[in-house]
Amino acid sequence: MSSLPLAVRDSTTMLRRNLLHARRYPSLTLNLLLTPVMLLLLFVYIFGDTMAAGLGDGPADRSDYIAYIVPGLLLMTVGSTVVGTAVSVSNDMTEGITARFRTMAIHRGSVIVGHVIGSVLQSVLSVVLVGAVAVAIGFRSTGATPLEWLAALALLVLFATALTWIAVGMGLVSPNAEAASNNALPLILLPLLSSAFVPVDSMPGWFQPVAAYQPFTPAIETLRGLLLGSEIGHNGWLTVIWCLGLAVLGYLWSTARFNSDPK
Amino acid sequence: MPIPVMPTSSTARDRTSPAAVSALGLRKSYGDRTVLDGIDLHIPAGSVFALLGPNGAGKTTTVQILSTLLTADGGQAQVAGHDLAAAPQAVRAAIGVTGQFSAVDGLITGEENMLLMADLHHLSKREGRRVTAELLERFDLTQAAKKPASTYSGGMKRRLDIAMTLVGNPRVIFLDEPTTGLDPRSRHAMWQIVRELVSDGVTVFLTTQYLEEADELADRIAVLHNGRIAAHGTAEELKRLVPGGHVRLRFTDPTAYRAAASALHGASANDETLTLQVPSSGTSRDLRRLLDRLDSAGVEADELTVHTPDLDDVFFALTSAPALPSQPEETAR
Repeated sequence: MSSLPLAVRDSTTMLRRNLLHARRYPSLTLNLLLTPVMLLLLFVYIFGDTMAAGLGDGPADRSDYIAYIVPGLLLMTVGSTVVGTAVSVSNDMTEGITARFRTMAIHRGSVIVGHVIGSVLQSVLSVVLVGAVAVAIGFRSTGATPLEWLAALALLVLFATALTWIAVGMGLVSPNAEAASNNALPLILLPLLSSAFVPVDSMPGWFQPVAAYQPFTPAIETLRGLLLGSEIGHNGWLTVIWCLGLAVLGYLWSTARFNSDPK
Repeated sequence: MPIPVMPTSSTARDRTSPAAVSALGLRKSYGDRTVLDGIDLHIPAGSVFALLGPNGAGKTTTVQILSTLLTADGGQAQVAGHDLAAAPQAVRAAIGVTGQFSAVDGLITGEENMLLMADLHHLSKREGRRVTAELLERFDLTQAAKKPASTYSGGMKRRLDIAMTLVGNPRVIFLDEPTTGLDPRSRHAMWQIVRELVSDGVTVFLTTQYLEEADELADRIAVLHNGRIAAHGTAEELKRLVPGGHVRLRFTDPTAYRAAASALHGASANDETLTLQVPSSGTSRDLRRLLDRLDSAGVEADELTVHTPDLDDVFFALTSAPALPSQPEETAR
């Protein structure tokens, strides 16, 4: 079998294996959703009125804050989901099964590609679930066109792909699942330092550049723009550049790690 | 006029006996720790080869190199007729590997593990199902087929592991310590499995720390010590390497032990266990002479065992310091 069909076939097999894991152990995936859902409920129902008052632009109430916080939490869900990917990649590496894969005449990259595609699909599913919770408590998109919905989905997939490649690299360099979970922690913490919960210009001046240009903020602002019609500006391009950069970096890092001799 | 031609590489290869695995000067080191210090191997197709050695001798490293998991620092090797460095993918297509730690996916069932292997060997759906059912049956796993592999016992996991290895019909099978950690019943079951594999014409390369296992299974044995092959040959050839057997005398009374030790010259004494080891051919005349000497010294041994040379003797002779004269011992680590 020539190279490309082989790659596609083996990657599909590996993807099926990862989806089987996810289906067999849904609690793992659902646990990862707990953080964004809890934060959503916490910030809307407990802190909501105060947070809304801080949004500025005249009198605002809790429903305004729901609209503000949901795009950030949807992307935080992606960060949370790929932590699970780092853990499962690390688990895979410490199990003998990966050594077996390496001694088989299969397409080498398929092991990783299976993880990446599986993780992106899981991220999309997770975002849909968290999005459903958001809609249930009153989140509504303000007149987004079908094209904007499509762009939002594309943004989601691109962002998930970028974070997944980084998470796969983290999983590969981690000696065990606990270490992988710790190493991937920044993917959950970064959204807290973005415009997800409060606007960047409400932050201390010295910190604003950090918050404004880290990968989450441009992506959140872009998603906000697509779903709620706010100004996107340069954030669209910034998001695409960040995502492509992280994806390429993660890809090179992961494949180099995977192809080197196991220690 | 006929022009003499150089033999092509293929005719040159035909002259030697077909080797399933051959290696020349394999080396591997991690930092300044040398794990393999020039390993030569020649394993005829259709035979069982045992690489015998204590923990840390380099057995697993050898298997990992020959199965394309690790790259050697030096030397070259062919497996199933393919060069490791030049055609690793062709080597992979011809081999099956069961590592020291079970290489099964614990999160999915035994049957799903088998179907995963079938998919990765690009079997059709129907063929995959057929091979899976057949191998699960053969390895007595049909009952447990629908249970997650993580719930299997050690012996079951090892059987599933080997069943998965067989999905692709490998011509050379590497088994790294296949019976380590198994109970006696599972160990014997594993031995039976290995014998059946060879009767199918497969070449088996196994590593073990158990001399009994090498003696039971292997056509040829190599003893690996400090990264070198200390000796190789059939079990019989290896046993011939060590001098004849001995009689072991055990005492409970230290006085009797000392009296016997002075009466029996040439015995090696162990003061801690109060045992004497006397070289002996094990014939009745030899034994009578030994007992007569004990009698005349007026001592009685509490236990007497006759020991004919076995692989244990070979093993200890080859792997304990001081090493063979030809092999300078490395500084103790």
